[in-house]
Amino acid sequence: MEGLTLSDAEQKYYSDLFSYCDIESTKKVSANGRVLELFRAAQLPNDVVLQIMQLCGAKRLGYFGRSQFYIALKLVAVAQSGFPLRVESINTVKDLPLPRFVASKNEQESRHAASYSSDSENQGSYSGVIPPPPGRGQVKKGSISHDTVQPRTSADQQEPASPVVSPQQSPPASPHTWRKHSRHPSGGNSERPLAGPGPFWAPFGEAQSGSSAGDAVWSGHSPPPPQENWVSFADTPPTSTLLTMHPASVQDQTTVRTVASATTANEIRRQSSSYDDPWKITDEQRQYYVNQFKTIQPDLNGFIPGSAAKEFFTKSKLPILELSHIWELSDFDKDGALTLDEFCAAFHLVVARKNGYDLPEKLPESLMPKLIDLEDSADVGDQPGEVGYSGSPAEAPPSKSPSMPSLNQTWPELNQSSEDTAIVHPVPIRMTPSKIHMQEMELKRTGSDHANPTSPLLVKTSDLSEENKINSSVKFASGNTVADGYSSSDSFTSDPEQIGNNVTRQRSHSGTSPDNTAPPPPPPRPQPSHSRSSSLDMNRTFSVTTGQQQAGVVAQPPAVPPRPQPSQAPGPVVHRPVDADGLITHTSTSPQQIPEQPNFADFSQFEVFAASNVNEEQDDEAEKHPEVLPVEKASDPASSLRVAKTDSKMEEKTAASAPANVSKGTTPLAPPPKPVRRRLKSEDELRPEVDEHTQKTGVLAAVLASQPSIPRSVGKDKKAIQASIRRNKETNTVLARLNSELQQQLKDVLEERISLEVQLEQLRPFSHL
Amino acid sequence: MAVCVAVIAKENYPLYIRSVPTESELKFHYMVHTSLDVVDEKISAMGKALVDQRELYLGLLYPTEDYKVYGYVTNSKVKFVMVVDSSNTALRDNEIRSMFRKLHNSYTDVMCNPFYNPGDRIQSRAFDSMVTSMMVQVC
Repeated sequence: MEGLTLSDAEQKYYSDLFSYCDIESTKKVSANGRVLELFRAAQLPNDVVLQIMQLCGAKRLGYFGRSQFYIALKLVAVAQSGFPLRVESINTVKDLPLPRFVASKNEQESRHAASYSSDSENQGSYSGVIPPPPGRGQVKKGSISHDTVQPRTSADQQEPASPVVSPQQSPPASPHTWRKHSRHPSGGNSERPLAGPGPFWAPFGEAQSGSSAGDAVWSGHSPPPPQENWVSFADTPPTSTLLTMHPASVQDQTTVRTVASATTANEIRRQSSSYDDPWKITDEQRQYYVNQFKTIQPDLNGFIPGSAAKEFFTKSKLPILELSHIWELSDFDKDGALTLDEFCAAFHLVVARKNGYDLPEKLPESLMPKLIDLEDSADVGDQPGEVGYSGSPAEAPPSKSPSMPSLNQTWPELNQSSEDTAIVHPVPIRMTPSKIHMQEMELKRTGSDHANPTSPLLVKTSDLSEENKINSSVKFASGNTVADGYSSSDSFTSDPEQIGNNVTRQRSHSGTSPDNTAPPPPPPRPQPSHSRSSSLDMNRTFSVTTGQQQAGVVAQPPAVPPRPQPSQAPGPVVHRPVDADGLITHTSTSPQQIPEQPNFADFSQFEVFAASNVNEEQDDEAEKHPEVLPVEKASDPASSLRVAKTDSKMEEKTAASAPANVSKGTTPLAPPPKPVRRRLKSEDELRPEVDEHTQKTGVLAAVLASQPSIPRSVGKDKKAIQASIRRNKETNTVLARLNSELQQQLKDVLEERISLEVQLEQLRPFSHL
Repeated sequence: MAVCVAVIAKENYPLYIRSVPTESELKFHYMVHTSLDVVDEKISAMGKALVDQRELYLGLLYPTEDYKVYGYVTNSKVKFVMVVDSSNTALRDNEIRSMFRKLHNSYTDVMCNPFYNPGDRIQSRAFDSMVTSMMVQVC
């Protein structure tokens, strides 16, 4: 609302008017009723009244809050003075006379006055009564000229008293209506508005004018100004009690005025002060609520059943719809019963509603059920509307299970969605992106870990791509079992977790991750290109790994090629070819080759031997190895990138054993070729693209196999050296070719993955969950 | 995303029906109305056994050229009917199920409100907001 500066006189006048209109003391005035009467009495054309109502914002809010009312009054004054109705005019027009309201109906006035005086002591419900003297404003301000008011001056004298009295009566009396009960704690609340029950009773002839059109847009918002007023009320019980002391001083309008002005000043202060939490429950209110709770349910830790609560709150005479909404807001755990905190929140909302505050859409944080003492309830004032209540889990009353309604609702969803995901078996699908992620992660990791970033990375890359295609998860499992001589078996099992975690983390960045990490969304559709029949292996693998992660979350990709061990074993470049060969052989391992694992070791030794053999060659050969490395490593995935983990393990092992095996001789050489051949056969069963790699691997294996035949005494046989050089070069070219092909495949796979991710994102429905 | 959501009482009168505002909203009402027959048919077919064994989610009731109608029935014979756009191919069964689950949960919350008389129209704001969240966002 625009800042409204009112003079003191205006302030008093307006507050009186507001109190008059606020027949229910709800701190907000509906467009029907006295407000309309008041505006009618202002003797303004209907369209002007409509304009005023629009300008003051009541239309937007759906009712007249105090500030809206004040602005409206000011606009009435503006209009009556002949100034154009503008929003700015409320503050710019100086020395505006107070708005004049002409009593339109004498009968009403008389009726009002009569009933008012009669009810002054007996202010039961405000709905029917409040017939404040027409000349109230005149009494107070003296600047208002009411034709019909003047005869009432005498009555006016009483009227100030009666409004003063009435508030006093209603709350403490606690008689008939429940409403009084509710207003009692906020005693200041009711007293305050009635402090100056509008000078304009008389003018309130009929209510409905065109301003009823303002009723159109009543929407329930919670505007700050009324809330501020609410706060001020809560703080002005002392002042209002002053008012209640005035029944005797009927003539002491000055006092009333003073008090009214004091409260008005309070209001102004409130309005201008910082934004207080309007939903804070004061101690007094809290105590009252607790007492009320006890009347229904003696046990403070117990519940109020829904039916009892319904009866209780129905007495407030709020519309059922609003009560229903209040219930929805306050029944935090949706159990159909109210705990003490919930009851207080509901009560507070009812009181607020009756005083003119709009019901919030969400429960304000200060009203959230808390497990706090009564004294603390007032301290929880936080920004209203902040629904994200962090402390709620800790709060639930001992007798109730602390569960936010959202949790209640999400849990079944979570469970079921996880079931869904489990049913749909997303695991194999996730393999692919995860592998690629793993690949990337590995690239990053290995890049930092190894002195020779290129080759292992390349190898891993190709490994991953191959594994993506082949999905030999069993290798992963088998790799696990390859504990012979492999000290890192434990670390191996930990690697998948680590990798899985890494993958999960990385995957969170990818488009597919939301599907995997968030339980509610259904799992992504299986990617046809990656639905290898080795899903069985995947299942087995994932059955191994599900224990480590929750279902529905990304399962650890089987063949993540982490290189923790490689980092641990700072194998020199020389080891790479060994690893490469080892990888080749390992990747070619099929599920059925688990028993052949010992061969891995042999082969690694063989690799080591080959590497060492090469090592023993001159440096130029050693230099070749870096070249061979990438090629060889490329060939690894070429063969079968199943268990990159195994491969890495192998690499580690080879790296670790390489130095040890340098001295070893030809012993391992014989066995390795056979496994290689067998693996080659198993490779043949794989994809055609693997076949060519197989061939290359076979070539490589053949080449490598031929190497053992070279006498180890390097410098002794130059021819042998040269022959080995030649062979290595051939191997090099072969592997280079292999590498390039695999790189191409990798690119294709990555593109495919990206396109699938994009597709998935497009197909993903709106987040309705 | 649903185009129309309806909650039908046991006696086959609507407790809540809400459609995406289009010019032919009545068409959705008719579709929901006609789908009630299919719902009853499915209930009676399955309901011969214990009610408990009956699946709450009824699945696709019937497809039309532009729309598909899904059904869900609670144990108290309150039916939820959802009309979705056929062009929205990404909507899978699981998602429909989850939407019905949310509907059911919200309906339960409405029922828990002591101020709600069973049989009245559902006027809960929370329910409205939940339904809005699953309706097609009409720009």
